[in-house]
Amino acid sequence: MSKHSNVSPELVQEGERIMRICNACRYCEGFCAVFPAMERRLTFEESDLNYLANLCHNCTECYYACQYAPPQEFELNFPKTLAEIRLETYRKYAWPGMFAELFHKNGLVTGVVTAASMIVVLAVILGSGGPASFLAAHSDVKGAFYAVMSHEAMVVTFGIVAVLIATAFAIGFVRFWKDTEGKAAPAVTPGAFVQALSDTLLLRYLDGAEDGCAYPDETPSNVRRRFHHATFYGFALCFAATAVGTVFHYVLGWEGPPPIPTVASLLGRPGAPQLELLRSLPVILGSLGGIGLLIGPAGLLWLKTRRNSLLVDHRQNGMDAGFLVLLFLASLTGFMLTALRETTFSGPVMVAHLGIVMGLFLTMPYGKFVHGIYRFGALLRNAVEKSTMPTLGSE
Amino acid sequence: MEFSKIYDVLVIGGGNAALCAAISARRSGASVLVLESAPKDFRGGNSRHTRNLRCMHKAPMAVLTDAYTEEEYWEDFMKVTGGMTNEPLARMAIRQSETCMQWMMQQGIRFQPSLGGTLHLSRTNAFFLGGGKALVNALYRTAESLGVEIEYGSEVRELKITDGRFTSALFSRRGFSHEVRAKALVAASGGFQANIPWLKKAWGDVAENFIIRGTPYSNGNILRLLMEQGAKTVGDPTQCHAVAIDARAPRFDGGIITRVDCVSLGIVVNKNAQRFYDEGEDFWPKRYAIWGRLVAGQPDQIGYSIIDSKAMGTFMPPVFPPVEANSIRELAGLLKLDPAALEATVNEFNGAVQPGAFDHAIMDKCATAGLTPPKTNWARRIDKPPFYAYPLRPGITFTYLGVAVNESAKVIMQDDKPSKNIYAAGEIMAGNILGKGYLAGIGMTIGTIFGRIAGEEAARYVKA
Repeated sequence: MSKHSNVSPELVQEGERIMRICNACRYCEGFCAVFPAMERRLTFEESDLNYLANLCHNCTECYYACQYAPPQEFELNFPKTLAEIRLETYRKYAWPGMFAELFHKNGLVTGVVTAASMIVVLAVILGSGGPASFLAAHSDVKGAFYAVMSHEAMVVTFGIVAVLIATAFAIGFVRFWKDTEGKAAPAVTPGAFVQALSDTLLLRYLDGAEDGCAYPDETPSNVRRRFHHATFYGFALCFAATAVGTVFHYVLGWEGPPPIPTVASLLGRPGAPQLELLRSLPVILGSLGGIGLLIGPAGLLWLKTRRNSLLVDHRQNGMDAGFLVLLFLASLTGFMLTALRETTFSGPVMVAHLGIVMGLFLTMPYGKFVHGIYRFGALLRNAVEKSTMPTLGSE
Repeated sequence: MEFSKIYDVLVIGGGNAALCAAISARRSGASVLVLESAPKDFRGGNSRHTRNLRCMHKAPMAVLTDAYTEEEYWEDFMKVTGGMTNEPLARMAIRQSETCMQWMMQQGIRFQPSLGGTLHLSRTNAFFLGGGKALVNALYRTAESLGVEIEYGSEVRELKITDGRFTSALFSRRGFSHEVRAKALVAASGGFQANIPWLKKAWGDVAENFIIRGTPYSNGNILRLLMEQGAKTVGDPTQCHAVAIDARAPRFDGGIITRVDCVSLGIVVNKNAQRFYDEGEDFWPKRYAIWGRLVAGQPDQIGYSIIDSKAMGTFMPPVFPPVEANSIRELAGLLKLDPAALEATVNEFNGAVQPGAFDHAIMDKCATAGLTPPKTNWARRIDKPPFYAYPLRPGITFTYLGVAVNESAKVIMQDDKPSKNIYAAGEIMAGNILGKGYLAGIGMTIGTIFGRIAGEEAARYVKA
């Protein structure tokens, strides 16, 4: 890890200052996990701040409830300070370290990488099939979907990328875990793991204690939680679609693009091709996920335009928007590809789709996606601490 | 707002009592204008800094455990006021406090179990989720959605009252003066604790060393105007709720974080390095409110709470770091106290500490022998470096002087007759019920109940 990738001393100092104020007040402890976790500490070093910053879901409820928020003279901006620290932790834990700086210009990087990915995909296609095949219509019946780009080429390119990003995530997680371990870190129990998983999957701390959190403005609302669920589960379903398709291909030997389910197969009419319905599973999963990835990211982007500007770390705008736009476009081009795959548009749409998906994956370890890795880590640490560390200080 | 309009009810103030009055008047069908002297960011008066209210209840209710009966509430109340109260009004407030939580939830206020380290209040006090500013935000949201008109940064300078009947108010906003007419007035504008010249009248120049814990906008102007216009007053003008807070706190608006909760864990000395009161007389939550007055009585109105490293981490962490040193002499130097005198005081105290089993959770009777003043509980030798000190000053929460009201929250005039159309709620009339002392959360209870009554009664008067 390069030396300059640590959280800046000014930010640590400000983080320490706000934690001292919050820990002396404690009015917000009912909102989320951050404040009870803070109360298990009396002093706040960089590692404590890094942990708490990633535990924060940025619901901003505490800002509106804060007696010390600007323009009050303590100028306590809890969500924004933690957001700033979060960004620095993303850089700190990034692997390989030389890519840490990509977090600074993530929006630009995302755009360039995605464009470059499209060019690479185009080159691969042209190199393997030639211009004629690229612009031709290929019929599913002839099993010629992969005529544009061979299945092997897809598997090899995306396989390598998948291994690289999985490695980057794993190393990042370990770096986070070690950094925030403290002196006597208790062991992770199965119970704590289940708790953290359920906190993550339910977005428990994005509910403002009951009727939603103060996002995008001070009125309690669950809208962000719903859009995030659509995004998260949309992504998960698309991932599942790919996994199922892979099993079909390699285990069951069902090659080729999965068929689009027919009305008859969906309704399960007697005599309908049930096997075909099963073979359509990747398309069904992918379509459901794709719908989530259209609605979720679009909704989250819309909410971002309506946020209270005082609470936003604007350096992250490009990173946030870049990730959401790519998710949305990946889904949109995915639907287009499914619809147009037997037409002459299939080649160009495939370039767009595969380029966007490749761009999405390549920039994943250096963009907004990592928040999920560290948020889960922080929730896991929180679940462990809750059962092993007492609240400190009492009246 | 419309300057030509005659409002049904004008509410002056912008804290809990004012908003409860505005909401209940509006819900009773009145047109309502709220004039809040603070800008929007600082709206809400001292309610911004509160965190709970005290509720009577016969059985476990929402976030409240067990039961808290009228009689027990009344007994607690008598203990702190020593009988300086108006019993019918106080009992009415206690009884109605049972309905407060439900009503507040209907106005969008959210509650939570008692905060960490406040378990002793889990039976008696309902905590607002997010504290008082979250409560204030919810009340404003509700008031606005009901059609209550709200003007911020609007300070009332003059009240037109003839024969106990209010007709209009002059106020200034953004440098311009305006007049607004209304058929009834609710004064819910707090005490005068932020008005240093007024405090000096009661306390003398020592008030220059007082720190005001809450809003700087409680200047008592409405209280003064009502007094000038013949309202009868209640409460001792020299009485105020004063706690010992960190001397490094800002002059105004420091709120809860400036508290120092380690007094009972060590000793407190004045600027001559001498102790002056039993630090272990009773549990801190029952004693913190006398220490403001104690420190105010010391030279230069300053004290120093001194503990050793055994006590660190066993009390609410104060916002400002302690002054830290490895010896008492060094600590004295940092505090600019006489090192020899402080060392002598600590040695004398340490020598007087009797053996015992220290337990901060109970009155452990760990005491000093032959020491004046004694320390009667939690006396432990101050001998394990590093040593820590927190400087203390009197922190004023609110004043007790107010206008007299009846059970309809109607202001009583000097001839003991109720005014025609003037009502009061909150700190401006809390002295009717709270002649002295304080019971955690009772200020918000009084504000909520009398705010509701004032709003309803004002609306009823207007419709009659």
